[in-house]
Amino acid sequence: MQITRGMRLTEAKTYVAGKLGVSVLDLSDPTVMLDVRKELGLGGILESGEITDIDDPMGIEAKFNIAAVLDVPVNCVERFRAKAGRRRPAQI
Amino acid sequence: MEAKIRTRMGDGALVEMTPAQIRADLEAGTLAAAKRSKSAELTSAELDHLSEIFCSNSRFTGVDIGDEVVLSYDGCGSQDLGTRINDLQYYEQYLCADSLELYHHDYSYKPAKAVMAFEQDVMRQAQFVTTAPLGYGAMPDLGLYTVPDGPVPNWSQLLPLGRIAESRAAQEEAVELAADDIVYVADEMVEAGIEFIDLDTAGAAGDADFLAALKAIERIRARHPDLGIQIGMAGEFVLGMHGELEYDGVRLAGLWPLDQMKLAAKAGVTIYGPAINTNTGKSIAWNVARTLTIAKPCCEAATVPVHLNGGMGVGGVPMHVLPAGDATCRASRAAVDILRLDGL
Repeated sequence: MQITRGMRLTEAKTYVAGKLGVSVLDLSDPTVMLDVRKELGLGGILESGEITDIDDPMGIEAKFNIAAVLDVPVNCVERFRAKAGRRRPAQI
Repeated sequence: MEAKIRTRMGDGALVEMTPAQIRADLEAGTLAAAKRSKSAELTSAELDHLSEIFCSNSRFTGVDIGDEVVLSYDGCGSQDLGTRINDLQYYEQYLCADSLELYHHDYSYKPAKAVMAFEQDVMRQAQFVTTAPLGYGAMPDLGLYTVPDGPVPNWSQLLPLGRIAESRAAQEEAVELAADDIVYVADEMVEAGIEFIDLDTAGAAGDADFLAALKAIERIRARHPDLGIQIGMAGEFVLGMHGELEYDGVRLAGLWPLDQMKLAAKAGVTIYGPAINTNTGKSIAWNVARTLTIAKPCCEAATVPVHLNGGMGVGGVPMHVLPAGDATCRASRAAVDILRLDGL
């Protein structure tokens, strides 16, 4: 929110907490946020699959979900979508 | 006998001071900064809080739970471990960086431009395997545009000869060349998927260097409305190597962080990073009090997020290639607590 929207910290934390359905204090609580991250597919620490497992999004996969949940444009996601969508199976 | 506290000097040396000596240094630091930057001194309550932070022998200190701030990093794709992409992953997964920055080892826009096609490939691949916001960074580095490295007469040679007009003309020419290169790199990197561009160590070559950054930012913002643009300053005070350059009617030479931030925000940045220099001959307590005094007016008036530069030699952190964690955490906590920073 700071990077693409220039939001100051208090405003950014409030915005993100609202979108995730948690309190502002929850945002820096790893115990709460692990479940939130997994439920919404926001990615996180991998730790050999013990924290983020094979069913959880990682890398740019998680960025797709972050863009959707936070309702912000994410440049690499937009470009991935545009490039990957050029040749759909039905069009080949 | 008063207790002795282990603390550090600005060069990183471990020293012992009494709480009274630390308090005296805090008061001297804020006074020195207030005189030099024409800012208000820190309040008595703020100095009390800083005394609590510094009059402790604990190895580590941190902000209160809930007061955490964003940690952005310049130049963290270093190829120290495997590839540059591996380094970005390492910063995300093990150092918990909130943003990542790929960079070319020459860390200036002019040389980066020449290898942009290769940099784009690395950026694109890095985007696939990282989740944190990933940007590209380099310095405006105006000196690279002067002979023998570039096409413009060298003002560092002209100035000692008293050839002021030629020196100024050379700097003005370099401003346009640098701005063109920065915009070119930003355009190419947007194509490769960046979330932000970082103009780091802006103003290193003085007011013309800062002007090049501002002109580039203005153009990038017009072309890429959603792109993050971060600027990190080279020092606390814009040097007047030219002396007469203006942006938006404001003379750049001599600007302190408050006015630097205003112009950077006007140009279009989304994150502004002030850099306050560390005095190696003074204690860290003195340096932190000085840093906060200079940065406070900027943070209070900020219309964009402020990420104070906190690293070797800036932000009250010792001027040492491996700054001690006990000093770094105290400087960082003090800055967050007093300045209500948006990030570091």
